[in-house]
Amino acid sequence: MSLPLVVLLPFLGAIAAPLFAQGGRTAIAIASSVPALIALAALFPHWETLSTGGTVVQSWEWLPAIGIAFSFRLDGLSLLFALLILIIGVLIILYARYYLKPTENVGKFYALLLCFKGSMLGIVLSGNLLLMLIFWELTSLTSFLLISFWNHKQDARRGARMALAVTGGGGLALLAGILIIGRIVGSYELDDVLAAGDLIKAHAMYPVALTLVLLGAFTKSAQFPFHFWLPHAMQAPTPVSAYLHSATMVKAGIFLMARLYPALAGTELWFYMVSFTGMATLLIGAYVAMFKHDLKGLLAHSTVSHLGLITLLFGMGTELAAVAAVFHVINHATFKASLFMAAGIIDHETGTRDMRRINGLWRYMPHTATLAMVAASSMAGVPLLNGFLSKEMFFAESLQLNLPGIWAWIPPIVATLAGIFAVAYSARFIHDVFFNGKPVNLPIYPPHEPPRYMKFPVEILVFACIMVGMFPAISVGPLLYSAAHATLGGAVPDYQLAVIHGFNLPLMMSIAAFVGGLIMYSQRQRFFNFHARFKEIDEKAVFEAVVSRFVNLSNRFTATLENGSLQRYAMLLVVSVIAVAAMPLINLGVFVGGNGLSPVDWPTAIAAGVLILCAFGTAAAHRERFTALVLLSVVGLIVALAFARFSAPDLAMTQLSVEVVTVVLLMLALYYMPSWTPLESSGARRFRDISLSLAAGVGMTLVTLAMLTQPFTSISDFFLENSKPGGGGTNVVNVILVDFRGFDTLGEIAVLAIAALGIYAMLKNTALTPPPGDGQGHPWTRDAHPLMLKQIARPMLPLALMISAYIFLRGHNLPGGGFIAGLITSVALVLQYIASGMVWTQDRIGFKYHNMIGLGLLFATIAGAGSLAFGYPFLTSTFDYISWPVVGKFEVASALVFDLGVYLTVIGATLLALVSIGRLSPHSAIKSPREKS
Amino acid sequence: MELVYALVIGALTASGVYLLLRARTFPVVMGLTLLSYGVNLFLFSSGRLSTGQQPIIGSTTAYSDPLPQALVLTAIVIGFAMTAFVVVLSLRNLADNNDDHVDGARPESATRGKQDEEVSDK
Repeated sequence: MSLPLVVLLPFLGAIAAPLFAQGGRTAIAIASSVPALIALAALFPHWETLSTGGTVVQSWEWLPAIGIAFSFRLDGLSLLFALLILIIGVLIILYARYYLKPTENVGKFYALLLCFKGSMLGIVLSGNLLLMLIFWELTSLTSFLLISFWNHKQDARRGARMALAVTGGGGLALLAGILIIGRIVGSYELDDVLAAGDLIKAHAMYPVALTLVLLGAFTKSAQFPFHFWLPHAMQAPTPVSAYLHSATMVKAGIFLMARLYPALAGTELWFYMVSFTGMATLLIGAYVAMFKHDLKGLLAHSTVSHLGLITLLFGMGTELAAVAAVFHVINHATFKASLFMAAGIIDHETGTRDMRRINGLWRYMPHTATLAMVAASSMAGVPLLNGFLSKEMFFAESLQLNLPGIWAWIPPIVATLAGIFAVAYSARFIHDVFFNGKPVNLPIYPPHEPPRYMKFPVEILVFACIMVGMFPAISVGPLLYSAAHATLGGAVPDYQLAVIHGFNLPLMMSIAAFVGGLIMYSQRQRFFNFHARFKEIDEKAVFEAVVSRFVNLSNRFTATLENGSLQRYAMLLVVSVIAVAAMPLINLGVFVGGNGLSPVDWPTAIAAGVLILCAFGTAAAHRERFTALVLLSVVGLIVALAFARFSAPDLAMTQLSVEVVTVVLLMLALYYMPSWTPLESSGARRFRDISLSLAAGVGMTLVTLAMLTQPFTSISDFFLENSKPGGGGTNVVNVILVDFRGFDTLGEIAVLAIAALGIYAMLKNTALTPPPGDGQGHPWTRDAHPLMLKQIARPMLPLALMISAYIFLRGHNLPGGGFIAGLITSVALVLQYIASGMVWTQDRIGFKYHNMIGLGLLFATIAGAGSLAFGYPFLTSTFDYISWPVVGKFEVASALVFDLGVYLTVIGATLLALVSIGRLSPHSAIKSPREKS
Repeated sequence: MELVYALVIGALTASGVYLLLRARTFPVVMGLTLLSYGVNLFLFSSGRLSTGQQPIIGSTTAYSDPLPQALVLTAIVIGFAMTAFVVVLSLRNLADNNDDHVDGARPESATRGKQDEEVSDK
């Protein structure tokens, strides 16, 4: 349980930390340190296993179907990285306490920092490659947020976006690479993958997998040609740079190479890709660092260079080189983190990072200067400091490469050259900043030492530099051994951690680098002049140009596909449906199934013919809207007849009453709308649409024909058998609605209610003035509510209500029920509105339809929930027979209450919709007072 | 009989789709109505066509399939609710844009961003 705890703790801390923000910076810094301290304590007991080369695996199943396990694995390598992340993390938290201003959003800062820390720990402790990738992407996201922490600055936002684009893109490549590896090995578990190195390297897909994985590692670790994002990420607050861009984030790519070293390394392809990339990065970073006037810019390019050095070491492929690489990871993290923090202190105290202005700080801040000078010397590779040791190992390894002929000279020369640059830029960091005359025009003058504890983290790290440099075997020996053991996946070669190995070739290279570097620094003005002759490539401009080209491209693509025209979307939808359905339909081949066709009777055929004519007529006459509407209503009526014809009396009644309401609705809408449609479509457009609709029609005909003639079995026998004994009703359709499938019905009336309320909301406070006449110049009739209609409509109401009550009550046994009765009542009420006007009717109805809908839903729910009280599931119905006088024996089912809810909801929803539309017109309100009088 | 029934559904679909592709809201609403007739008839017929076999226990000897009927019954009512909603949507479009084009008043994509801003300002 301890390993996932180590990963999860920082995330929990990220939730908790902002709560302490109220208590000030000290409180939140202390709270944020707690997860790391607990994590360190949790890792400690495992040391005994790891020091002898063992591993600890803790695994839980997650998504076994796709090979993701919640699995964590600790060995020497992951321990080394976890310690770097945790210890430097705590130091950064302390440092940031003084770096951030009290007015800044410290809660957000610490929360993000902890999220990042958790993600990094996730990468190094994952025992499953896919799980690792999830954390990998999390570091990209959290680092994006950290780099853009000062999001009011455009440069910070752009730098963050660049970092995210590059590392996120690399993450995608890595995902592809991991999937290939997983396919080759048959498992994503790290143990399996590491054991299957030979299998992977022999596989045909190995070059692809290796390239993709290396793309992920190179982008993350800022290797050439992806190095450009790192210097631009320096817009981040300095604690972020010190943490992400020295010790953690950029080391994730290095970690990946170390982690998969047994699985992927040792081939020629690996050698050329990794070592040449590393070499190029080493040289370019070191060269550019020399010419940066920005303190953090210098450190950033030096980081690029050192990352190249580590990559080159891994690329060499020898075991000793891998040991040196792991060793340099430790050393670089310590001296570079302290240098970043020192740079942050200088920025903090002087207000600038421009080395042309900050000079001679020795006089103002000797304490900080001493610390920075030791760390910079370590970066340069001065003996007795840790940077020297790994650099010596690097020089020694560069001589050991078995390259043919003259090529063998290249690695040592490149190494020495990079060493010269490193000495030169380190000398510049020391001399320019702390000596070299007086400060020039500082924003904050005079600078002085920072708060005591802001220097404390730097002191710790510088102390570590010296300890490792002087007593390497004692201070770092066991940790390095266990990490190297894990990296190599077994035997560790003999190596000696001594301060000095005697007077040999590597030492000569070091001396040459020193002398050369100091000469170069003393002659720096010439180099600056030389460098100034070249036009500097602005990576940001190039990157922005590439990005904006992609954005334009995708905008054009989107604009082509999505031009804002609903017609286009509808067309695309129809085309895709036809395309999807066409294939299986064509494969079907035969459209008349085993049951064959039954004979046609004349009345049905004539009705069908009329329906088809009217349907086509509606489409043909659609520009004459009123005519089209009349034809449409004929279609609706024949559909009702069709239901009656084919043994569905309930459906026929429903369709009939819905038809009335629909036509009233459309007539109402037409009152406000233009009564004819202008001719807009071109002939070609109409031809296209006709072809599409014919294709759809033919398709539906064939599908229907194929379905109708297929033999089939239905689950309906159950309903037919149980309707009477189980539901107490003989009308099976109604029993299904209110009993068997009552839950569905409840959902459906809820939809009805929502639609009606949506209509009400959409039309509230909307005014529409209808056109003065019918479009052909005829004014509307002045007699809005004809006397005859009024006189007939009023006595109709009680009659209609009685019929609907009858239909409602008999519904359980004979065609009828809540839906139909509700629609009949609605029609009767709508008739009153039409005959007598809005206000007149509304005054007499005396309740709101909203309430009616609510009441209906309440009834339906109560009827359903009632069964819960008796210990039955929701919507279990019960029934009994009682004897009424006159009527006789009568069945009462609890489902009747449910049906009552349906009834009320249907009335409420229908009328709310229609009344909302009717109320739109200003006339309905003006006319009615006259009506009343 | 099956062929006639299938032709009816085909005719409803074809004219429904044609109207669906028109540029003004009212024809589109009519198209949707025709389409829902077609769909309801199609769903209903998945219980196969039968004559005089209404699913009322005791009224006949054989019964048609009641399940599609129950489903279609609610589909008819919900179809009405949907039609009403779309009608109101088009009325609101008419009120806001003074136009009954399906793309609103300004279909050209160049002014779309501006229009969105105005809407969100409200």
